[in-house]
Amino acid sequence: MSGARVFDGPELKDQGLAWLDEAGPDHEIVLSTRVRLARNVQGLPFGAKASGEERDRLLAQARAALSDADVLGDVDFWEMPTLDASDRTLLLERHLVSRELILGPEGNTPRGAALALSRRREVGLMINEEDHLRLQTLRGGFQLTRAWHDVDQLDEDIGQRLPYAFHHEFGFLTSCPTNVGTGLRASVLIHLPALVLTKQIQKVLEGMGQLGLTYRGLYGEGSKIVGNFFQVSNQTTLGRTEDDLIEQLESLVGRVIGYEKQARSVLLREAPNVLEDKVWRAYGILSHARSLSFEEMMNLLSGIRLGVSLKLLKTPRVETISRVMIHAQTAHLERAARRRLDETDADVFRATYVREALTGTETRSVEGTGDDDGDAEGRDLRLE
Amino acid sequence: MNCEHCGERPAEVTLTEMESLDDEMKTLHLCQACAALKGVGTGSASAPIADLLAHLGGSEERDFGSDADACEYCGTRARDFRKTGRLGCPQCYAYFESQLRELLRRVHGSSQHMGKVYVSSAVDIDDDENRIETLRRRLERAVEVEDFESAAALRDQIHTLTGTS
Repeated sequence: MSGARVFDGPELKDQGLAWLDEAGPDHEIVLSTRVRLARNVQGLPFGAKASGEERDRLLAQARAALSDADVLGDVDFWEMPTLDASDRTLLLERHLVSRELILGPEGNTPRGAALALSRRREVGLMINEEDHLRLQTLRGGFQLTRAWHDVDQLDEDIGQRLPYAFHHEFGFLTSCPTNVGTGLRASVLIHLPALVLTKQIQKVLEGMGQLGLTYRGLYGEGSKIVGNFFQVSNQTTLGRTEDDLIEQLESLVGRVIGYEKQARSVLLREAPNVLEDKVWRAYGILSHARSLSFEEMMNLLSGIRLGVSLKLLKTPRVETISRVMIHAQTAHLERAARRRLDETDADVFRATYVREALTGTETRSVEGTGDDDGDAEGRDLRLE
Repeated sequence: MNCEHCGERPAEVTLTEMESLDDEMKTLHLCQACAALKGVGTGSASAPIADLLAHLGGSEERDFGSDADACEYCGTRARDFRKTGRLGCPQCYAYFESQLRELLRRVHGSSQHMGKVYVSSAVDIDDDENRIETLRRRLERAVEVEDFESAAALRDQIHTLTGTS
């Protein structure tokens, strides 16, 4: 018995963002590493088929299991239906919940949907998603083995407290057969601007596809590619051990990192002026714009990130850029502004936030917030 | 326009192929299912399995049981699965076992789980060798990431199972 406590619905602060401060391996090219395991409990229908009562039952079982779990320590616990829409979106923007966890098929918030997050380690779980449980971790930089180790520890622990649905041939059973077997999806968020600029990206992506990897945009399935950020993950989950899947992803992504580095040095050698111009223009716009859509910001941040890692720019640090990517999303801006923002307002707030982040010289006051009570809001907006 | 590969479904994916930097780019317009078969993940397919089944057409439909065929535990019908790509409950895997085996071979290249063997505290351990192998892999990993506390616990578990000390 761990004696750990479960905190219900604590205020959302910076939970789940520790990876931003972690300058993991290859962090100039790989932003983050994520591993998730899909698990289901015996004797209950999968998410889409479960009744409200069954979803409540699972929620209660899972909550009890994680309060006993040894590896989690104290846990923050949020039931999605009790959060307001902006807070749910905030969790989505941090990649802590999936769209499916916060948005049901009828536009409702799914009953019994919950997120648990360890205060001690970078692990957590979603409850009542498409699968009963999604165990997950998010780390900074390229650290697949570390991430897999952490999730595996959690899995061993939870698996002793809840009876998983397991089949001798098919392995861990999941709602969708594309996840069955290991239930493991490992992914890295990788920044490949030089491969895009040198037009080699399609070839690289296609090559990865043939070797069993798949890619998605920033927000996972169904999202588009912005800012040259690709989320690369294993495509199959069955027929190989977890360690094999992790090692294969590690070695292929390692090669992609190599290609990207090569392309970067080719660009520096063959077209230094074009490259420098691109980077400084991106910096110029971001440090002066008065209105920025998320997509425009991402595309320009991509240029700055490239410039910083090639030492064409001295500031900001890459960690600062990752931080901006998180905090300049709409729900995060709304939180700092303490009110809902329509698209036009959000674009203005975003531009202000980015200017401050990049130059650090502008006043932090954001026009039109209405209530300015100084410090509390200042902390939200401040970067480091 | 229609998919340039199957010619049947609407093209939703543009695939650009290049042999080398100097070559002309070749552009292919594909439907989701053909793109998936070519290994190009677009992520926009809501239910890739359903697409795959639809794409594979009649024979697969026959193989996957008639419409009225339903899991006796949760009532999920073959038709529901074809439409959503989702099974209803763990029991569905037993009920549709042979059809799923074929499907899993197409999707994953195998239907045999090779990963962790699940041993809940309530279940008798019947596969020591596999269990020990898994523990050894976990031990290696724990050492690699310098989690020595876990490593020590894993070493003890292995000793217990192998009867050494």
